[in-house]
Amino acid sequence: MTLELRGVSKIVEGQTHIYPTDLTLEKGTMNVLLGPTLSGKTSLMRLMAGLDVPAAGQVVWNGQDVTGMRVQDRQVAMVYQQFINYPTMSVYDNIASPLRLMGVDRSEMDRRVTEAADLMKLTPMLSRKPLELSGGQQQRCALARALVKNAGLVLLDEPLANLDYKLREELRVEIPKIFEASGAIFVYATTEPEEALLLGGNVATIWQGRVTQFGSTPQVYRQPVDATTARVFSDPPMNFLQISKTGNRIMFGDGQSAAATGRIAELADGRYMAGFRPNHLEIGQHAADAMEFRTKLTVTELTGSETFVHLDHHGERWVGLVHGVQNLTLGDDLSVWLDPRHVYIFDQSGALVAPAAYAIAA
Amino acid sequence: MAKITLDNLAHSYFPNPQSEDDFALKELNHDWEDGAAYALLGSSGCGKSTLLNIISGLLTPSQGRILFDGQDVTQAPTAERNIAQVFQFPVVYDTMSVHDNLAFPLRNRGRDETYVAERVQEISRMIGLDHMLHKKARGLTADAKQKISLGRGMVRKDVNALLFDEPLTVIDPHMKWELRTQLKKLHHDFGHTMIYVTHDQTEALTFADKVVVMYDGRVVQIGTPQELFERPEHTFVGYFIGSPGMNVIPARIDGNKAYVNGSYVELAQGYGDVSGKVEIGIRPEFAKLSQTDGLPVKVRRVEDVGRHKIIRAEFFGSDINIIAGEDDEIGADMNRVTFDPNHVNVYANDWRVQGQVAS
Repeated sequence: MTLELRGVSKIVEGQTHIYPTDLTLEKGTMNVLLGPTLSGKTSLMRLMAGLDVPAAGQVVWNGQDVTGMRVQDRQVAMVYQQFINYPTMSVYDNIASPLRLMGVDRSEMDRRVTEAADLMKLTPMLSRKPLELSGGQQQRCALARALVKNAGLVLLDEPLANLDYKLREELRVEIPKIFEASGAIFVYATTEPEEALLLGGNVATIWQGRVTQFGSTPQVYRQPVDATTARVFSDPPMNFLQISKTGNRIMFGDGQSAAATGRIAELADGRYMAGFRPNHLEIGQHAADAMEFRTKLTVTELTGSETFVHLDHHGERWVGLVHGVQNLTLGDDLSVWLDPRHVYIFDQSGALVAPAAYAIAA
Repeated sequence: MAKITLDNLAHSYFPNPQSEDDFALKELNHDWEDGAAYALLGSSGCGKSTLLNIISGLLTPSQGRILFDGQDVTQAPTAERNIAQVFQFPVVYDTMSVHDNLAFPLRNRGRDETYVAERVQEISRMIGLDHMLHKKARGLTADAKQKISLGRGMVRKDVNALLFDEPLTVIDPHMKWELRTQLKKLHHDFGHTMIYVTHDQTEALTFADKVVVMYDGRVVQIGTPQELFERPEHTFVGYFIGSPGMNVIPARIDGNKAYVNGSYVELAQGYGDVSGKVEIGIRPEFAKLSQTDGLPVKVRRVEDVGRHKIIRAEFFGSDINIIAGEDDEIGADMNRVTFDPNHVNVYANDWRVQGQVAS
């Protein structure tokens, strides 16, 4: 079972929503579409489902071209951000509704509803109406209805966005388990990098109608192909520093310089952009060859075990996430250190030219 | 700015509440200090919106009083309480310019135009909308509209308090950062009394000086982010704060040892007789996998979540989570776990038990 998009695009009233996209999703995989609001996640899902017909390109299911085929004739289930249930039907009848439409016989229906309800922890609520359930239970009911169809393609469009933070955390642990048990192709849209990491599987980062990278989630996270992907896949945002390389030295900030080491040493002379994630900035020198940056502290935020420091480095705004509760005074000068192993180098167009050493070693 | 006092406050949505269960908000006494930033944190239905609505005057409590700087305002309507509110969804006048939206609360109070212009400039710079003051609000993104709502909430300097009801829920993660940082900076610069309602622990912890955690209509703990993290007074606080939350394991306490199935975990302090439902609580950050030390644990899966790893494991029949560093190797032979004794808390019937000071 595979789903292939071959040069699929979408144009609405002369505006391109999805640029020609190639993507192959394999049987039994979890695929996260990660990108900000309006980047094209829902558009891409609607093309996959057959809810919209592409402006160009083909949608291929198991080698068969299904581009013009109606959604009803495909093996697709979809769950939206808003919980959609039939308010007058019981939870049981809600879950059973797609099976009734398919004409599944009574005992088979009963077996499948019981199984899906059990998986979604809804067994005690089967006779209730959806509005008598909590938000989390209502969304689990919608999820159970999608699962019961045994569809080959399950599309989940920000399914947890309207739920409480803690409930989201619990369902995020449940969803990969459900998916593993089903063997279908799962596609899951989210705006949150952390959610993508928790779900695992594969990720496609999306920016302004384009898939910028597709691969295993940890790999895309640690080896982004360009600055856009790195930015989409960092929360807090990735920090950037303009540098210029001359011979075996790199220059940055206000006349600071450091030795060019590792892959950076092999680059042609010129201007580059160094990128690094907030959790790799440190207060105090931990690695022998760590680089020091003198910054001004603008805001601090405590999480209880960690501190977010917002920094101004010669007009560049950075965020650091450091261990422990740091009691620092706003407006003060603050030195932060960075291990060069954690630095990505991008060229002026944003393409990755030197990956972070630690990501290669891992 | 004002100090806000809750005096024997409670609320039930039933006309004749019979028992404590009938109260959406259970009896509460609390002072919100003048100029402090508070977060009200809890899941849906915990009573946090009920409490906020009582403070803003949208709801009259069935019991008790609310005072602003010692003056009883329990019966006063919202308009007389002199507060500013920002809601989950942007509230803007679409046909007005950004400038006029921000100026609205000041003009409404009859402030002169020189002051209005000055103040609107100042606020718009802070929320990063100074370059589009003359644009109509219609057609702006949700982020920009919510920035206007935040700006309008803060444009008046003379409000008693600023109330935020889940103001960043509709905002994308990247923009959340920016808006949260601005709010934090505004609080630092102006010192408004702020109350921020949310179900999102990161927002609550990073925004507030003190977080008020609510559970089932009750305030279970008021504390700094560090206190909530290190010393959760109730197992709910341990569970609700932290991702994943605190591990809670049934145990029997004897002096400075916690017995779990015949084996024991060291405690930093001694305890007297602890009875009822007895458990120990250890945050995943204070548990460590080992090859040689500690008690046996069965690792089920290791999740790489970017800046750290979450190890899902079984410990004497209980599920536990352990956090390891991004670069830590998790070998197949690591089947033991150690806990930092300073961060093992003891609970009886869900409430934390104070240890005896070590002699």
